[in-house]
Amino acid sequence: MSDRDSLLGRDLLSAADLSRDGVVEVLEVAEAFAEVSSRSVPKVPTLRGKLVATLFFEESTRTRLSFETAARRLSADVASLSVATSSVKKGESLKDTYRTIEALGADVLVVRHPSSGAPFQFTYWSDLDRATRVINAGDGCHEHPSQALLDAYSVRAAICAQRGVASEGSGASVFDGLRVLIVGDVRHSRVARSEIICYRALGAAVTLCAPGSLLPRDAEDWGVEVADDFEAALKEADVVSLLRLQLERGSGSSVPSLSEFTATHGLTERRAALLQPGAVVTHPGPMARGVEIASSVADAANALVTRQVANGVAVRMAILYLVLGGAPSLLGAASQ
Amino acid sequence: MTTRLLVQGGTLVFEAGPPSRGDVLVEDGRIAAVGEHLDAPPGAHVLDASGCAVGPGLVDLHAHLREPGDEEAETIESGARAAACGGFTAVVAMPNTMPACDSASVVTDVLARARGAACEVAPAGAITLGRRGEALAPMAEMAERGVVLFTDDGAGVQDGDLMRRGLEYAKGLGVTLAQHCEDTSLAAGGVMHEGKWSSTLGLRGQPAIAETAMVARDLGLVELTGARLHFLHLSVPASVRLVAAARERGLPVTCEVAPHHLTFDDSHCASYDPMWKVNPPLRPASMVDELMSLLRDGAFDAVATDHAPHPPEAKDQTFDDAPSGMLGLQHALPATVDALGGADGLDLVALFALLSRRPAAIARLRAGDERRGGHSAHGGDLSVGSDGNLCVVDLDCDHRVTARTLWSKSANSPYLRQRHSVAVRHTILRGTPTKLDGAVVQ
Repeated sequence: MSDRDSLLGRDLLSAADLSRDGVVEVLEVAEAFAEVSSRSVPKVPTLRGKLVATLFFEESTRTRLSFETAARRLSADVASLSVATSSVKKGESLKDTYRTIEALGADVLVVRHPSSGAPFQFTYWSDLDRATRVINAGDGCHEHPSQALLDAYSVRAAICAQRGVASEGSGASVFDGLRVLIVGDVRHSRVARSEIICYRALGAAVTLCAPGSLLPRDAEDWGVEVADDFEAALKEADVVSLLRLQLERGSGSSVPSLSEFTATHGLTERRAALLQPGAVVTHPGPMARGVEIASSVADAANALVTRQVANGVAVRMAILYLVLGGAPSLLGAASQ
Repeated sequence: MTTRLLVQGGTLVFEAGPPSRGDVLVEDGRIAAVGEHLDAPPGAHVLDASGCAVGPGLVDLHAHLREPGDEEAETIESGARAAACGGFTAVVAMPNTMPACDSASVVTDVLARARGAACEVAPAGAITLGRRGEALAPMAEMAERGVVLFTDDGAGVQDGDLMRRGLEYAKGLGVTLAQHCEDTSLAAGGVMHEGKWSSTLGLRGQPAIAETAMVARDLGLVELTGARLHFLHLSVPASVRLVAAARERGLPVTCEVAPHHLTFDDSHCASYDPMWKVNPPLRPASMVDELMSLLRDGAFDAVATDHAPHPPEAKDQTFDDAPSGMLGLQHALPATVDALGGADGLDLVALFALLSRRPAAIARLRAGDERRGGHSAHGGDLSVGSDGNLCVVDLDCDHRVTARTLWSKSANSPYLRQRHSVAVRHTILRGTPTKLDGAVVQ
């Protein structure tokens, strides 16, 4: 068994921190916590006395709210810190910012930063013997592992429901040979990077489709296919993962206009009709309706968008629970 | 009183011809005798050079000594000590200080601050005022004070017409321009090499063509103007081939490579440790290998350190926010030996050509060059009458690089934790040891 087979007591910095077994562990624990979320009082005492700090150097509503809701449902204390990136310009080094927060005694630090790699740096800047676990909640254009895990969870749940089987205990079986098509601004997307790693670990085949200027250099080295013909690729796909154009990271200059992007790579109603029956559409949000996805497509039954948000809380409960060392076998007791 | 120093039992590396075992006697700052076996005159300080190569003191074409303006990172005094520790007796100080070295008064200030330092310092001047790339700096008044190299290093001169006028103006003054080749529109703010690693790490990459495009433009400008041009820190094999071919055709161009580009590849960035952020960026392993073959084939005129100290607080930022640059003065020599294929069967003549004789010629620090900076002659032959600037290299030792062995004020060295079997044992500046038996003389 390798380290990557379990998230127990470890940091979650990259989707690559988890093997197929490691991902499945998160999905299974999340199933148990999803049940908690459906209760009239959706709260368990599992993490009572633990301090979960969310440290966001970049604007976020949904990811932060999702992690904080997850922490509260597990009865953890939550410290919520927003750090203007301008503090860098005020002269404090990122290392000092991190050590200050670590010294507050957080058990878990959930970090989002506009620069790739910042959460990785935290793990070697620690001066408290690494008592604080770090969860990457999105770093620059690099990764957003919890999003990839909740996407996988949502896809598994939807496909199992279609097949009339229970998703709990289904392992990675639905992903064997599953064809995932990731569309849009792959170059600037941390969701895409984490999804590629996570879906491939689960056994799915990943294809990318984007305007040439929004594909990263040497993307073929990631073990994915690159499709030029979007409509042909749609006909083949079991899962279509749409991405937002990261205008704040400079995607704007890589395509002539939003309307041209929609014309070539938007999931319009006409294109959505090309999908096979049973194919599902995911979007990490926030959606730009009318750009990468038509409004009617976003609201269709096979679009998982709002279910992704709801599942996000259960998946993040599982992540917090595991990184804090809670054993999956004790979960039955923990969720009472 | 006459001071005498006898360097005994080393392998003497002459400018040409095979190295041979012998002794060198330095008297009053000059080489007084060279022979197979010299008797120590009375009162002479004998330096053991057994197992060592003895050559001219090393000359660095490219050091950021940070003074004036960023003394937190480095001072001329601390940088010169690191240089002496690395075997250097002369370094060219880059002009990207605060203020920039773009006028005679800053040149005079740097020269005054360098008096008494552990190596000689030749300031380079800026090509454009404030290194802003907008208008030419007063090169004539700086040349008058001994400046022979001009560069906006840290940035390339983007405006092609301004670069052309700079070359024409420099040619008239008989000085040399040196270009940091980076087309900023193509580099597009990249913080590392664009390729497989930048894509995976989600870091903005700068493509190799950002360097090569400016090299190509400037070779055209050299052809147009006939002016001399030195290419700084070339990191892309295609750039080097262009320069080598132009030199072959007789164009007055030279080029250097930094030791870290011969040693480290871009996979190091995967740690996100900003210590590995440097500009030009570390390249893929395949390019590093090609640079090493180009070095062995004689495509480079010099290895130059691009020694770029930054204090810890500057590097304790994200990869995006941290400044570029790493230390180089102390360990350029072992890195160059490695790139040449290691100490076994090492071409010592090539080693001292790359690290001393040819850079000294480019910076016009050799005997016979017209000099106005008040320094001695560097990169000379081991012959009677030459200035006593020497570097004695132990070719079989076991040296471990640790933070405590660094002499720079900063510690951003990529060589930390490395073990070296080659190290500088003695450095001699004008007949006086600045490093003795492996220890910097304070």
